[in-house]
Amino acid sequence: MTAMRFDDLEGVYELLGESIDRAGEEKAALFLAKLALLLANELEDPQTVRTAIETALRDL
Amino acid sequence: MRPRGRGELDSLYFEYPRFAAPHRHSNAALERVPVAIVGAGPVGLVAALTLARSGVRSVVFEKKTTFNDGSRAICIARQSYHILDRLGVAEPFIRKSLGWTTGRSFYRGRLILEFEMPHGKDEKFFPMYNLQQQYIERFLWEAASARPEIEFRWASEAQDLRDIDNGVALRVADPGGAYEILADYVLAADGARSALREMRGLRLNGENLEGRYVIADLRMKHDYPTIRRALFDPPCNPGGTVLIHRQPDDIWRVDYQLKPGEDEQEALKENNVRAKVASILSDIAHDGEWELEWWSVYSANTLALDDYRSGRIFFIGDSAHIVPIFGVRGLNNGIADGENIGWKLARVIKGQAGPGLLDSYTPERRGATLDVFAKASKSARFMTPPSYGLKLMRDAALSLALSAPFAGAFANPRQMTPYDYRDSPLTERDDPSFEGGPAPGSVPPGVRLDDGTYLCDLLGEGFTVLHFGAPPSGIESFTRKMRDLDPVFRLVVIGAEGEDSGAIRFAGDPKGECAARFAATPGALYLIRPDMYVAGRWRDDLAGPAAALARILDRKEAA
Repeated sequence: MTAMRFDDLEGVYELLGESIDRAGEEKAALFLAKLALLLANELEDPQTVRTAIETALRDL
Repeated sequence: MRPRGRGELDSLYFEYPRFAAPHRHSNAALERVPVAIVGAGPVGLVAALTLARSGVRSVVFEKKTTFNDGSRAICIARQSYHILDRLGVAEPFIRKSLGWTTGRSFYRGRLILEFEMPHGKDEKFFPMYNLQQQYIERFLWEAASARPEIEFRWASEAQDLRDIDNGVALRVADPGGAYEILADYVLAADGARSALREMRGLRLNGENLEGRYVIADLRMKHDYPTIRRALFDPPCNPGGTVLIHRQPDDIWRVDYQLKPGEDEQEALKENNVRAKVASILSDIAHDGEWELEWWSVYSANTLALDDYRSGRIFFIGDSAHIVPIFGVRGLNNGIADGENIGWKLARVIKGQAGPGLLDSYTPERRGATLDVFAKASKSARFMTPPSYGLKLMRDAALSLALSAPFAGAFANPRQMTPYDYRDSPLTERDDPSFEGGPAPGSVPPGVRLDDGTYLCDLLGEGFTVLHFGAPPSGIESFTRKMRDLDPVFRLVVIGAEGEDSGAIRFAGDPKGECAARFAATPGALYLIRPDMYVAGRWRDDLAGPAAALARILDRKEAA
């Protein structure tokens, strides 16, 4: 898999932050869970998701 | 529970019969029967009818004097209709019940999933039927009481039992007193609170899942087809789920989930049940009249005995396993237990099989229960998520399903796959040269034949061999050999012509559809068990099914 260009990713970073604010603190978790499921469904290999989950769980 | 002012058996639509206690002579000699069945519920009666089909006598003891009160199971699966059909009792069930194929799931009032259960022209029965348990019991009782091999003793409670040489002594109490009766085998079909299980000192093991439901039956004229509706987070039950099923006689079943920590006694009060039902009906836009028939509370458990057998006692149905309702497998698995032990026990009692055949009962039927546990736990975890994370993901899937249809699949109850006996000691190793078709241990596909009948109609009462293509020389001696092992054995020749006899049937297959469904080329052989599972399959090898049958029947001398 090739990663997106950094300035695109920077845009996504901004958008995520704004969208979490739009969802509101109470619905933020639901919003992110939906997003994760939606993006996971775009991927072919479940291992990609598992690895990402492990990485994200680190250093919380 | 029933509304205030109505007795336990005061149903809006069902007449409960009253059965008299048996007339006994107090000085009668000690009786001995081949099989004593404790419990006259659907599972016990399927076992009695299966034994009777092979001419084996049984006495059914039931401590009550009528059928189960209230409403219990309502969904009967296709596999169970095949069992009823084999027992020759399906007709009243087909006439009364409501067949269905479709389920709909809603989230906050919006449709997120409509699923179709596998169905097609080749299937003799619908994937699922709705019918109140009272009718199930009545139809089975009507069939069983017409059989000379089955004797009913109502108002007769099993009080104690002890092992004797080659049997069990059962102590039974009825209004006339207590007496002892000897049985070669005992079937404990005495339900979730099985007294026999207690007497044997056995325990159900497993876990209690999250989630309690109130289940209520009501009568109303409500115009909606027989489609199972699952409402997630509906306005009438925020954060919870509601299930709605149509039943015959304008009776509707609603199941609604209680909140964690919600007081059960309070929830079960008539006024509270009425208020909740009214708000559910308002959610589904029913503004007509309705009457409350019955209600109860239910919690999801996955519990089973470690061994369904204790000496000469076999546990069948709820006495052996408690499964969550979402999989609709409680009654259906019980019915399959009854048939499974029935055909095996009949053959052992008649001396046609060795005792080893009975050793397959627990692995096959407990395996089926564990399979239900796995599926139902998945369902239950979705319906009633046990943790913050699982609840969040469930809500995410439901919310996503409103705009991304793929997520609707999470709301599919997956209730229809028949259990597979591939790991059973009775199942033969597969011939790897078959590319597709039903593997040993599975249930063969339905096939509608050219004359409008179904392949399953051609199967015999006992074991059946399907032979594809013109039979080879030696088929007569093969059939004779198989009949020596199983006097009701039948050979079904598919795709060739010949004269039907008791032991051999011929079925045309001009378009090769049947052969295709079995991935069969000429010379292919399938051995089908009396309960319609594939025991094994071979190519051009008549010795294969003969050796397999001898092994299955624990008849080494004939192999």
